[in-house]
Amino acid sequence: MKKMNSNWLKSGTPWIWLTGGAVAVSLVMVIGLLFLIAIRGLGQFWPTEIISFEYKQGDQTKTLLGEVADQETVQRERLQALGIKVPGEEEWITRYLLKIGNRDQGHPDFVWVEKLLMGDVSTPPDACVIERDEWGNFYGYLQSFSDQNTTVKGQDLWKRVQKSIARRLELSRQIKEIEKHQIGKINAQVEQLRLEKRRLELDNVTDEAAYTEIKRRRSLLDKKYQSLQRTLADLYQKVKRDSIVVMTSDGKEVTLPIAKVRRIYQPNRMSTLDKIGFYFTKMEEFITDDPREANTEGGIFPAIFGTALMVMLMSIIVTPFGVIAAVYLHEYAKKGPLTRTIRIAVNNLAGVPSIVYGVFGLGFFVYLIGGRVDQIFFPEALPAPTFGTPGLLWSSLTLALLTLPVVIIATEEGLSRIPRTIREGSLALGATKAETLWRTVLPMTTPAMMTGLILAVARAAGEVAPLMMVGVVKLAPSLPIDDNYPFLHLDRKFMHLGFHIYDVGFQSPNVEAARPLVYATAFVLVVLIVALNLLAIKIRNRLREKYITQAQ
Amino acid sequence: MNSLNEPRTHAIDLSSLNKNEKLQDIQQEKECLRVDNLNLYYGQKQALKNINMSIPEKKVTAFIGPSGCGKSTLLRCFNRMNDLIDSVRIEGRILLHGDDIYNKEVNVAELRRRVGMVFQKPNPFPKSVYENVAYGLRLQGIKNRRILDEVVERSLRSAALWEEVKDRLDDNAMGLSGGQQQRLVIARAIAIEPEVLLLDEPASALDPISTLKIEELIFELKDEYTIVIVTHNMQQAARVSDYTAFMYIGDVVEFGDTNTLFTNPKEKQTEDYITGRYG
Repeated sequence: MKKMNSNWLKSGTPWIWLTGGAVAVSLVMVIGLLFLIAIRGLGQFWPTEIISFEYKQGDQTKTLLGEVADQETVQRERLQALGIKVPGEEEWITRYLLKIGNRDQGHPDFVWVEKLLMGDVSTPPDACVIERDEWGNFYGYLQSFSDQNTTVKGQDLWKRVQKSIARRLELSRQIKEIEKHQIGKINAQVEQLRLEKRRLELDNVTDEAAYTEIKRRRSLLDKKYQSLQRTLADLYQKVKRDSIVVMTSDGKEVTLPIAKVRRIYQPNRMSTLDKIGFYFTKMEEFITDDPREANTEGGIFPAIFGTALMVMLMSIIVTPFGVIAAVYLHEYAKKGPLTRTIRIAVNNLAGVPSIVYGVFGLGFFVYLIGGRVDQIFFPEALPAPTFGTPGLLWSSLTLALLTLPVVIIATEEGLSRIPRTIREGSLALGATKAETLWRTVLPMTTPAMMTGLILAVARAAGEVAPLMMVGVVKLAPSLPIDDNYPFLHLDRKFMHLGFHIYDVGFQSPNVEAARPLVYATAFVLVVLIVALNLLAIKIRNRLREKYITQAQ
Repeated sequence: MNSLNEPRTHAIDLSSLNKNEKLQDIQQEKECLRVDNLNLYYGQKQALKNINMSIPEKKVTAFIGPSGCGKSTLLRCFNRMNDLIDSVRIEGRILLHGDDIYNKEVNVAELRRRVGMVFQKPNPFPKSVYENVAYGLRLQGIKNRRILDEVVERSLRSAALWEEVKDRLDDNAMGLSGGQQQRLVIARAIAIEPEVLLLDEPASALDPISTLKIEELIFELKDEYTIVIVTHNMQQAARVSDYTAFMYIGDVVEFGDTNTLFTNPKEKQTEDYITGRYG
């Protein structure tokens, strides 16, 4: 028996099991993580059916209408401590988290209900979910529709409401177009004029003609603005026209202006096909819309855009710097204590906690460099800072600094993998060292550079802590790219998925509503990083094919 | 530098050769490369000991000898490849058509253009066949497609590779067989028309048929180029070379006409080596 055991040990089988087991555990953890995020995050777009039931608590009886968001079992004592009396003797009691919405009606939009206190549960087909711009969802029964002149009830009601909502959304789109783009443009130009005037003052220009010209242009813009304002007022008047009356579960009739309604639907009437269609509409909305209601509703498009743009800018900055530094260290620097020190420093930079980079970025980039840039290039805007405040450029630079060691190390490794014979072959044909590097060695090193970039992107896209100091905000009023000159606004603050997760999860006024969004945003962040990585890997593989060297 | 650009031929300095009876037959040949009192050290270790020799123009000269005797090191001195190794120190002179290639004024890249080299392992660049051959020309700034096409074809023909690769000039050179790669590397070297071609065991990594092709190629090329070849294979040296030098631990033991050296060696050491009494 002992002999057999020792043979088994010698055969290496335990090692195979040990190593294989480690791989299996890692895989299970990764897949489990993704699975959890995906289920929790993507599940929330599915339309849940609305239930209605009587809820008796003490001597009060309420009729509740809403959708089940969560469920848990709690100990009887805990409920008793909360002042809830549950009949029966059981120790563990099931309760549901019910989303009842109607936050503007004087109660929270999520309530816990104990299963034992619930009466008969029904799914009324007429129950509606009304998505609003403010105050979250409204649950109730649609009663009537009115557009100042007429009131509609009964058969045509549903169709009429849908039509009105479509009209409202179109009007809102027009309003947004005017407010964001046309008035936004005028505002940008007005600001430009103000700065021009200030510049003239700073330069001590006394020529009246220049000031008159600015005044003239200013009055032109004012006129344009007035006319836009009139159109806008007109549109606002139009959008206010319609309203609906909805009855809540406890029989109260509430009038809701259509101007605040985004969508109305009856989940209990939907077929599976309808639900699938609805699911994808909601998902698209999540990805392409701006956030609403302190980020707890709406989409996350600005965050996706900000993250991707910041990572790309970072890549553009870090790659040339890293490659040039690696080429110098590996090809030109004399081997000695100085080079060794530099190399150790580079390796250690990779281990510095990221928040330290944030502090450095704030102190060095934002205050020192940004402040200087403002003094030299944008004195007319002072005391309002242009680059002397956290922004996209400084975030990209800070993350470039953070990922620089990764690129340097990967490129150096690539350089040392180029066979000596290839270099000698080039030199023997009369190439100088620089020519050999440029024509042969560097092209062959591109796959290694890409590897470095992949690692850099993976790290940068997930980094949040330093960004909080150098440019990320909870809600950015506009994207860093728009149609106002100079189109790419490197000085603007931006939104970031990682920070968005933190903000929605921990800073949100409405925790229950925000929780599914946290998962969904996390899922999008993972997908974005995977997509960026896949892109880089694809490019690397193509390069590898091109610069394949014999495995000798 | 200018003097290096004007190739000159020299009559052999008889007084110096008379002292060295190993060089009897070479007296008649035009001299291409001349080694004068060359010593080479790797750090403290001396690898070449006071070498004196004269390599004739447009002939094949072979270096033979056991491993580690310094034949490759000597070969790499002719195009200053040893400069790449930090610890190497060189004394003495090497004259290429009368000009010292170790002079400080010499442009090393220009020297290497004139003295081409083919290495033991085929080392094509991971580029297309065409770009491999055109590499040296592009380095000289030649961009004219017509000239490039012409030179690439001529070089590949000279290297007896044209027929095999003419339809796949744009394919990656890494896809060729070992023998084809080695001929490609030779084509690459002769595309820039060097005066001297150094071959460092060019066939040692190849199969017998490829080896045969390379040997035939060497035979063809000697009409136009001065060829110096290092080889382990004595039969190969006997087959392809006109002159042979036998080296042993950093010394040139015997240098002379190949036939004489192999059939009637003057030195005991040479005889021992070619009859297989050394390892």
